[in-house]
Amino acid sequence: MKREVVTSALGILILTLMLGLAYPLLVTGVSQLAFPGNANGQLIRDQGRVVGSKIIGQNFGGNPRYFQSRPSATTPPNNAAATTFSNLGPNNVATEKEISANISAYLKLNRPYDSALTRAEVPVDAANTSGSGIDPGISVANADIQAHRVAAVRRLPMAEVTRLIRTYTHGRGLGFSGEPGVDVLELNLALERLT
Amino acid sequence: MTFLGWLTILAFAGILTALAVPLGRYMASVYAGRPTVLDPLVRSPERLLYRLMRVDPDRAQDWKAYARSLIVFSLAGWLLLYLILRTQTLWDFSGLNPQHFHSGTWDLSFNTTSSFMTNTNWQYYSGETTLSYFSQMAGLTVQNFLSAGVGIAVAVALIRGIVGRSGRSLGNFWQDLVRTVLYVLTPISFVIALVLVFQGSIQNLSHYVSFNGPSGIANTIAMGPVASQEAIKLLGTNGGGFFNTNSAHPFENPTGFTNLIEMLAVLLIPAALILMYGRMIGNRRQGYTIYATVMVMFLAGAAVAYIAEAHGSPAQHAAGLHTAVVHGSSGGNLEGKEQRFGIAGSALFDVVTTVTSCGAVNSALESFTGIGGAVPFANLSASEVIFGGVGTGLYSILLYVLLAVFIGGLMVGRTPEFLGKKIEAREIKLVALGLLITPLAALFCTALATASRAGRASISAAATGPQGFSETFYAYLSQANNNGSAFAGYTGYNQPNPGNLGAHGVTFANLLGGFDMLVARYAPILFALAVAGALAGKRVSPAGLGTMRTDNPTFAVLLIGVIVLVGALTFFPALLLGPIVQGLTTHLY
Repeated sequence: MKREVVTSALGILILTLMLGLAYPLLVTGVSQLAFPGNANGQLIRDQGRVVGSKIIGQNFGGNPRYFQSRPSATTPPNNAAATTFSNLGPNNVATEKEISANISAYLKLNRPYDSALTRAEVPVDAANTSGSGIDPGISVANADIQAHRVAAVRRLPMAEVTRLIRTYTHGRGLGFSGEPGVDVLELNLALERLT
Repeated sequence: MTFLGWLTILAFAGILTALAVPLGRYMASVYAGRPTVLDPLVRSPERLLYRLMRVDPDRAQDWKAYARSLIVFSLAGWLLLYLILRTQTLWDFSGLNPQHFHSGTWDLSFNTTSSFMTNTNWQYYSGETTLSYFSQMAGLTVQNFLSAGVGIAVAVALIRGIVGRSGRSLGNFWQDLVRTVLYVLTPISFVIALVLVFQGSIQNLSHYVSFNGPSGIANTIAMGPVASQEAIKLLGTNGGGFFNTNSAHPFENPTGFTNLIEMLAVLLIPAALILMYGRMIGNRRQGYTIYATVMVMFLAGAAVAYIAEAHGSPAQHAAGLHTAVVHGSSGGNLEGKEQRFGIAGSALFDVVTTVTSCGAVNSALESFTGIGGAVPFANLSASEVIFGGVGTGLYSILLYVLLAVFIGGLMVGRTPEFLGKKIEAREIKLVALGLLITPLAALFCTALATASRAGRASISAAATGPQGFSETFYAYLSQANNNGSAFAGYTGYNQPNPGNLGAHGVTFANLLGGFDMLVARYAPILFALAVAGALAGKRVSPAGLGTMRTDNPTFAVLLIGVIVLVGALTFFPALLLGPIVQGLTTHLY
């Protein structure tokens, strides 16, 4: 028994040094050398100031000049320091209320610029909260609807906005895994540079 | 549903099998002590470890000695992890606690410690607001490796018991553990971690980054050594996210491609272990039979979940949301799911992580439709044998195989035997206990938590009607199966102040969950080792004409029947009250 205790104590200490410090620090070192941008969060700078991360969704507060991210369950929305799910169940009145509110907000924001927009055309990603609460992407359908508004407010030709949407649309993994998405922050920054 | 969605599911199964075959061959060599490709790299560190730990790796252990080493080692790991979590601010000097997070309460630490040591990774805390980088690395990452190593060691020991021709030896625990860590887990984790960073996961020790966005809104982004932990979290079927939203977080799972890699990482070792088993017993067909059995069950679950999630939820339909696939939108129940994974990538991920004991999530299980959410329930009810956790899945399904052999033997009226060894009363008693202890713990804890005021305190305010029961049941079922995924509205902690200066637990849920995990992990391990011990000494008699074959489709069907029957008889009444009610109605509560 004593033998087991000694071996266990030594074992857990040595393995902690090896797996808990050496391994993560080695991965950190190699990552920082090989992929420094990614390893540090793909931060985007504007005139030297950090304005966000390429892969972390931001809140644009309903400002009509910007493409809006998906609804977020974090407090405040899109809080990248305390992520959370909405955890609203499939049969809950609270879920229906939340979705209805999101649809109404979406219609209120976009219908003035796209009078043909109906409730049935609101894409699911615009009405349902994301998993992480900081989803960087929106669906192409969602971006195409918002394009009407952004083009009008920024006085840009619709074709120009659509072209930018296509530029910042990423495809599926290996051509089949996942869904295409439009990177909202990058798209908005590209618009800022334009106008 | 889309063609690409179905293709994702099938391509995943194909790639998995293509990877599992060579890995199974490699692992069979590792545990038989045969030369492997990694020998030049890890042979000397291996010897050094034995010397430092004062271990004689060639000393044979019978089941009791093997179990004793395992339990004492686990206890040592438990104590160290608890200590690390309780003394978080003490390690500030290392610079690995840049946000100066304080320790949680003792009961929260008890739950978290038990959770990571048992390969459960149930989380009553949120990583980015509670834990220092030091706790994540030196505490949790270590147990991610070791709990996986312990699980695999038990599976290997059971196989040795099944094939053992003479004596009582099951091998040596320390050797199995060290070899698992050095030959299997560390090298593969290292590669996966780098692939994740290459795709956009982060790996740094920086402060959280605060800034104002282009529209002037302030935000802060949590940082950390994510990829290194993410890799072993998946590979070791642990599942405890670095961040609260686990693999839904873009830093943990940045692209559709990484989503595929992560799912493969989860099932890789469990799948390879089944094929390794076939090789180690010298009957590969036996391995393929089990592989085919669990693959059929896995694909069935994935198909049901995908169809249900693509259909959308009653709440969506009541709100007038259109859930069909349209040009440029995935449709379906996207509540709690990420755009880049879509419906198929989310449904498949959650089946992958609930058939194994992984419990990672890339979307909110609580927001899955009734039927979509019933699939994880069913996977857990099958005691995690559909591939299952690393090691745990294999030893659990081998117990089911013995049970199926016994029942088959009764049906044809012959003494049941398995691989030439007679299965007698003692083994079947141990098998039955090993298989029933987990459901017992799950149902007992669920009943206690549902019936008591202290238990109901954890149910989220929005979880009205059957959702509240589903949450509770899932919590204790998940912890008993050492899975760790959650209907995450069920909380065991409150965070009164942002920034975590005072996260405290719902003590009842923390403690009950902790005991649930510990009992349901170690009792089956002991029973599995006892079965191994009982089988190890048995003589092998050659197969005769009347011997029931255990490597053909008939046996696969019998095995599925036994698994489904045991799971259904145990859990059906409870499942009816929660997810099935929700799945059968369009009524909102």
